[in-house]
Amino acid sequence: MEKALFIIFAVVSVAAALNILLQRNPLYSALSLVGTLIALSALYVMLRAQFIAAIQIVVYAGAIMVLFVFVIMLLNAPKEAPYIEKHKALRFLAIPFAGLLIAEAFYVIRLVKPIQMPASDDSAQAVGTTLSVGTKLFTDYLLPFEVTSVLILMAIVGAMVLARRGED
Amino acid sequence: MQEEITKPRETLLDAEEMALNMGPQHPSTHGVLRVLLKLDGETVIDLDCDIGFLHRGVEKIAEQDTYAMITPYWDRLDYVAAVSGDLCYVEGVEKLLQVEVPRRAEYLRVILTELQRIASHLLWLGTHAIDIGAVTVLLYCFREREEILKIFEDFIGARLTAHAFRIGGLWWDVYPEFETRVRDFLKIIPDRITEYETLLNTNRIWLSRTVGIGVLPAEEAINLSLTGPVLRGSGVNYDVRKAQPYSAYADFDFEVPLGENGDTYDRYLIRMEEMRQSVRIIEQALDGLPEGPVMAKVPKVIKPPVGEIYHSIEAPKGELGVYLVSDGTGKPYRMRIRPPAYINLQSLKRMAIGHLVADVVAIIGTIDIVLGEVDR
Amino acid sequence: MPEILALLIAPDWVRSLTGERPPNVFWAEYIVWPLIQIVIVLFVVLTVVAYLVYFERKISAFIQARLGPMRVGPWGILQPAADGLKLLLKEDIIPIKADKLVFSIAPIISVVSTLVVLAVIPWGAAWATIANVNIGLLFVLAVSSVSVLGLVLAGWSSNSKYSLLGALRSSAQMVSYEVGMGLSIIGALIFARTLSLSGIVEAQRADGLPYFLFQPLGFLIYLISALGETNRAPFDLPEAESELVAGYHTEYSGFRWALFFMAEYTAMLVTSAVAVTVFLGGWYFPGLDWIKSNWGPNIYVLLSVAAFAGKIAVLIYAYMWFRWTWPRYRYDQLMELGWKWLIPAGLANVVLTGVWYVLALPEAQGGVFGFVKQTAGRYVPTGYGKIYFILTGFIITIPLSWALLATINRRSRDFNLHDQRQLQIKLRSERIKRNEPVAE
Repeated sequence: MEKALFIIFAVVSVAAALNILLQRNPLYSALSLVGTLIALSALYVMLRAQFIAAIQIVVYAGAIMVLFVFVIMLLNAPKEAPYIEKHKALRFLAIPFAGLLIAEAFYVIRLVKPIQMPASDDSAQAVGTTLSVGTKLFTDYLLPFEVTSVLILMAIVGAMVLARRGED
Repeated sequence: MQEEITKPRETLLDAEEMALNMGPQHPSTHGVLRVLLKLDGETVIDLDCDIGFLHRGVEKIAEQDTYAMITPYWDRLDYVAAVSGDLCYVEGVEKLLQVEVPRRAEYLRVILTELQRIASHLLWLGTHAIDIGAVTVLLYCFREREEILKIFEDFIGARLTAHAFRIGGLWWDVYPEFETRVRDFLKIIPDRITEYETLLNTNRIWLSRTVGIGVLPAEEAINLSLTGPVLRGSGVNYDVRKAQPYSAYADFDFEVPLGENGDTYDRYLIRMEEMRQSVRIIEQALDGLPEGPVMAKVPKVIKPPVGEIYHSIEAPKGELGVYLVSDGTGKPYRMRIRPPAYINLQSLKRMAIGHLVADVVAIIGTIDIVLGEVDR
Repeated sequence: MPEILALLIAPDWVRSLTGERPPNVFWAEYIVWPLIQIVIVLFVVLTVVAYLVYFERKISAFIQARLGPMRVGPWGILQPAADGLKLLLKEDIIPIKADKLVFSIAPIISVVSTLVVLAVIPWGAAWATIANVNIGLLFVLAVSSVSVLGLVLAGWSSNSKYSLLGALRSSAQMVSYEVGMGLSIIGALIFARTLSLSGIVEAQRADGLPYFLFQPLGFLIYLISALGETNRAPFDLPEAESELVAGYHTEYSGFRWALFFMAEYTAMLVTSAVAVTVFLGGWYFPGLDWIKSNWGPNIYVLLSVAAFAGKIAVLIYAYMWFRWTWPRYRYDQLMELGWKWLIPAGLANVVLTGVWYVLALPEAQGGVFGFVKQTAGRYVPTGYGKIYFILTGFIITIPLSWALLATINRRSRDFNLHDQRQLQIKLRSERIKRNEPVAE
């Protein structure tokens, strides 16, 4: 059962990810990205990381992608040829980079040992729940957590400063 | 890079100004008004009214009709206040003919026009409220307006274009139950007005949608030659019923409500109070209703002496005037209408610039236009 | 053949009803019974949604001194069927200039994202809860946040200004009100200590009181945000017919339009269901335990479902009542309410509730009063604790948050949308006077 679900969602996520690259219309790419994110969150659920799965949808699919779509709508997709077609030489760089990426992927796959899926008893299920994530976040990782929140606050303040600059 | 960013792009929203076309088929332009809005985001930066979709050339038609034949056209100017339109024209012709109308007819005319004022204000309140999103008020208002229309129907035979008056008085005397019918209506209406006020007067959302919206200072209202509740909302005390009493208005005791701030909320309060004052006038008229004939002696073929007159009345929307030139024949040489809604509509641009699109709808509502009268 | 028979073997929760214990079979467990449950829930919910439209029309009619639908069937009760049929048979119009693909999938995104939430709602006790997910509440928020996408895409793909403005409004509104909605729930979670929706109901059962008594401010914020989130009056700006004709679905007709309508009413049902679960005690009501022990488990479950439905009905009636009574907010006023009142109030509520809770803990855990006792692995407030939480909620949290917000909002002129607009108007009129171009 788990294998079947894994295959379904893996195929969906990879296909959607490919579609992001293949689409000419940026809005369709963005929609494919939503598909990828949802398929990935299903994979998270299968790894018993329900909290991460839900947050993935709330933050990425629900908030950030809406923002993406907004921006695409407002800028309405430039009609001129993309950057890559103006500079044809860059195209030949793609092959070595792709080779590098594939080599990297192989290396990682060979290096990482397959982990045992946690058994479906309660203690293992607790790994990905809100309780365990919260406990870790507010004890072991408190400093990174706070630093990140300060960083985001800075970004918000920066955005407000930039947005209000024209009104002087 | 800098150039790329500042280069204008052809998009729906990114353009610095967006033109939005409201109407002529739009649910809240109260008919076939077309408003061309220039928007920055949702803020109105410029506005233009395009009118004339309902133009029928009433003034020109009048030159080919006899005086009696013109009267029904006046029902169809402000079709939600047909009786008031009739009164203006009929009194104008009587002035030209120098006919003395019987007292009973004068009183009945006052009763009918004041009933019509209540009906018109009820319709205004309902549509204004629905523009701002309070749907239910409309149906309450129509419930009461229905009573008035029934009274009209039983007397005149028509509900909307109630052709009540004839030159020289009334065609018929009222039916026997007329007085009790009107009194029954007067019994319920003050409570009903209070009911609408309970729904709206202190409602936070209603206040935030109307207070400070479409402010018009008194000076500017006078300069735009506005009349009616829109003028009085800015605190200018001008009501034709008081300034140049016509018909029997000099006999009655009533007050002219005035606003202070000249915003949408003040104009709302004024119209509510005007309905109450209309009730007072009708009560006094019913109490003092004289006996006697309802029709003066008027020749069958009306041929006024050579001359010209201007006569105006206080219609629900403002000062409704008629300018008549007679060349001694049976047809007027020229008839000119002073439509209050048309002139009040001028203030839309002045009031709406700087507000949001949603406020434009509220401001169109507060001016209380009827396109039949604007376009003539 | 045995495989096909195996399909019909009931899963654990059905066996617990009948008392049998046949073997655990994969297909029955994972495919067939879930499908049956899905079909039942969808059938019931969509019928209810169709009848919500009927009740909306009836309630609005009674509020407005009318009768409402009366012609189709006695008292018009077949009206939803007639409406559905009409919408199905209508011509499906896609504007020529529209983006056809996006135009067609937008209503589907909208309706699916609201329907998926139904899976985790605890409709009743025991087997009436379909899926007890341990992140239930988060799941609800996550999936319903995707529905914004449907509206935005609908507005954009229609290629019409009214639709686009409507979509912009609705997405900005929903994204803003989601924040307030999420914050308002956290206070109740402090008491429940779980995200599972069934867990929250059980926690209220154990604590003996529904959480709206402990969390009056949270409940209030939730109700207001839910109105905003579902685009209901007085926050129905995306569909403000007097300004924007019909907002994001102006160009839609026939069944695609019906899908948006369905999504709106399902969202109403879902937000009410969450409100009932988190704040009103869910399917539990006092005396339910007595019924279980005296009348048997089946009547117990049915009564719990009925209680849940009844509580939802009260909230939905309130929704409709609001809609037909109040005028509509303006866009900037709505944003001001969301960002300057609801979200800060939600934050204040979280902080204050946290303070009250920590103070109430026993001394051993850093508290002062010891109003919360640990019994059977849970923290349960004692009798005094209940009074303490109710009093702090009503007497301190609400007035304190209000005073705080009133002070802040009065002082922060720079962030006052109204003043900002007035400033822009002033600048613009000065430009006009100097004969300069108006746009920045």
